[in-house]
Amino acid sequence: MTAQPFHRSQAEMLPERAAPVTTVGIVGWLRANLFSSWINAAFTLIAFYLLWLMVPALIDWAFVNADTAGDNRFACTSSGACWAWVDQRIDQFLYGFYTADQTWRVDLAVVLLIPALAPLLFEGVPFARQLRWFSLAYPVVATFLLVGGIGLEGVPTDKFGGFMLNLTVGLAGIVLSLPVGILLALGRRSRLPVIRVLCICFIETVRGVPLITLLFVSNIILPIFLPPDVTLDSLIRVIVMVTAFASAYMAEVIRGGLQAIPRGQYEAAQALGLRYWQMMGLIVLPQALKISIPGIVNTFIGLFKDTTLVIIIGLFDILGIGNAMVSNPDWLGLSTEAYVFIALFFFVACFSMSRYSIHLEKRLDTERRE
Amino acid sequence: MARNASAQRTAGQEWLRLWFDERSRGLIYQLLVILGLALVVAFIVSNTIANLQRAGLASGFGFLFDQAFFDINQKLIEYSSTSTFGRALIVGMLNTVLVSAMGIVLATAIGFFAGILRLSPNFLLSRMVGAWVEITRNVPVLLQIIFWWVLLTGLPKVRESLSIGDSIFLSNRGVRLPAPLLEPGFEWVFVAFLCGAVAAILVSHWSKRRQNVSGERFPVFWAGLALIVGLPALVYWFAGAPLAWDVPKATRFNFRGGFNVTPELLALWIALSTYTGAFISEIVRAGILSVGKGQTEAAGSLGLRPGQTMRLIVIPQALRVIIPPLTSQYLNLTKNSSLAIAIGHQELVSIGGTILNQSGQALEVVGIWMVFYLGLSLLTSMYMNWYNRRIALVER
Repeated sequence: MTAQPFHRSQAEMLPERAAPVTTVGIVGWLRANLFSSWINAAFTLIAFYLLWLMVPALIDWAFVNADTAGDNRFACTSSGACWAWVDQRIDQFLYGFYTADQTWRVDLAVVLLIPALAPLLFEGVPFARQLRWFSLAYPVVATFLLVGGIGLEGVPTDKFGGFMLNLTVGLAGIVLSLPVGILLALGRRSRLPVIRVLCICFIETVRGVPLITLLFVSNIILPIFLPPDVTLDSLIRVIVMVTAFASAYMAEVIRGGLQAIPRGQYEAAQALGLRYWQMMGLIVLPQALKISIPGIVNTFIGLFKDTTLVIIIGLFDILGIGNAMVSNPDWLGLSTEAYVFIALFFFVACFSMSRYSIHLEKRLDTERRE
Repeated sequence: MARNASAQRTAGQEWLRLWFDERSRGLIYQLLVILGLALVVAFIVSNTIANLQRAGLASGFGFLFDQAFFDINQKLIEYSSTSTFGRALIVGMLNTVLVSAMGIVLATAIGFFAGILRLSPNFLLSRMVGAWVEITRNVPVLLQIIFWWVLLTGLPKVRESLSIGDSIFLSNRGVRLPAPLLEPGFEWVFVAFLCGAVAAILVSHWSKRRQNVSGERFPVFWAGLALIVGLPALVYWFAGAPLAWDVPKATRFNFRGGFNVTPELLALWIALSTYTGAFISEIVRAGILSVGKGQTEAAGSLGLRPGQTMRLIVIPQALRVIIPPLTSQYLNLTKNSSLAIAIGHQELVSIGGTILNQSGQALEVVGIWMVFYLGLSLLTSMYMNWYNRRIALVER
């Protein structure tokens, strides 16, 4: 017998085998993210247990077992939240004591905010060039709508309140503090010692003290500083102080942006024969402001949350209205409901702004890497 | 003729020349600013004098020695309603420092803990911590302070208070804790603690030097623990346990014994620490993420364990990124402690407000507030700058 030669070959490729079930798909994801080790598995179980304790209870409290109808707290009989007040009080929470049949003006001002902000915040907005003119005019339009005047019934500012007061103070503060902050930032980097020292003193003093003390200044000290026949509207006094406060923080954000502009930009502008304000306005500030936008948005988030401090000097913003409702005999003790409701407003506003700022940071980051 | 023209130029264009010269124009600008400022100050001063005269108020700090007719319930030093306004202000300043210090410690702990948890590979855990951080930092801190205060003052009355081991009581009057009673001999325990701490620092210096020279390592942690905890414990034992506890007893309407932490202080402490802690956790997370992956891998290839990598490689480098924003968070917390006025916790701003109402010395009180907070800010940032310089990267 002749020995058969030992052949072992494979004519065609073996088919690809699927990856092990334990590394792909849902199982793989679970193993990698939730059960990668004993400790991790324990954490996962604890987290699940906590969620199981909290989420159903929260949903039960807020929705399932909640009461939504009734004229006072005694109408709320179930164990969950009592939302019966929302129906009665929502107007106060939103508009304060604003003349009831004029609240459409506040709504209109808020709606008009969208076309005013869009060209400033997003790229690729249609008619951006024309809309920018509207953005510039918006503060005047909004003031006219809210306060009244030519053809519109006048509404005194002491009727401003609720969330609308927070928006008014916050937006007025940010709009006014931007130019002041730019001037302070330029002043702090100025070569003229008197201007530099004055700007540093202002910025550091304002950043060093709590906003409350400044609000007290507006309430108590400002009348002492002014002639006796001059009386300033209390809303205007608050806006002045909030602007002073925010502009100091704004100045530092913008200074950061100015410092990030390479020296060559300044030198090139000077070599072209531009004067100081031309150099700043045409070359430096457009670049510096663009990279400071995330910081400006963050300053605004802080300022917006700080607008609740006006309750301490006796204005009724949304938190003040909430406090008043909670101590009203009809709704006594519904503090959890009221504060959760108010927190929701701020959370939605501030969270979306902070997302926007993160998105912007990422975009700027990639742009600069190109 | 020519001389005439040049004379005309010097007369008419001398000013223009000054204006077009950068240096002299700068001087003119600054002079104008000083002049404007002087006018504003003069306007304010004259108005103030007129207004104060009309109101019949004397300016000056003499009122600090007048009697304050109000009481303060949370105080660190002796104070009663017969004390002076000045003493009341000092009580307020100490209360501000107390809640700021407590808040900074707790906020740092919460911040580091949450920041590290948020980086955990466990999906569920990091998302849950992330949700907490976003909720906490996007809701106004004043709202959170009031919320906690309402929650704590809504606890059961003294008679139905919740107790932990019959020595700590939770009620709508706050937390009642056992008070330590120091008996003679306890000072030696304190001395032993100080000696142990100094010795532990010396040992750690010595072991670092020895390791640099010879590579030998010394169990610094255990030695330090023995010196700082063991030594005082030993002295305590030998001195015959000179410490007793004044345990509170619940009576019908109030507690007897122990010491009380008011719900106001507690609410302020919790709210400020969680709010600031949420911000700190983001700072810590960014700091740790800023240390390159290569550092961790290099440490691993040198044979360091994960804990050692974190402690010796990642944290020291992350701290350089963390410290500057951390400083401003600490300052924010200190300034936010003034919101205590909304819930009636008596610290500097709230006590100052009471004094302002009683004495009418608005300018002086506001001045004291500003100087105090500015001083505190300055001290904190000076300390943190020093610390930052110490840990900064030493470049070639």
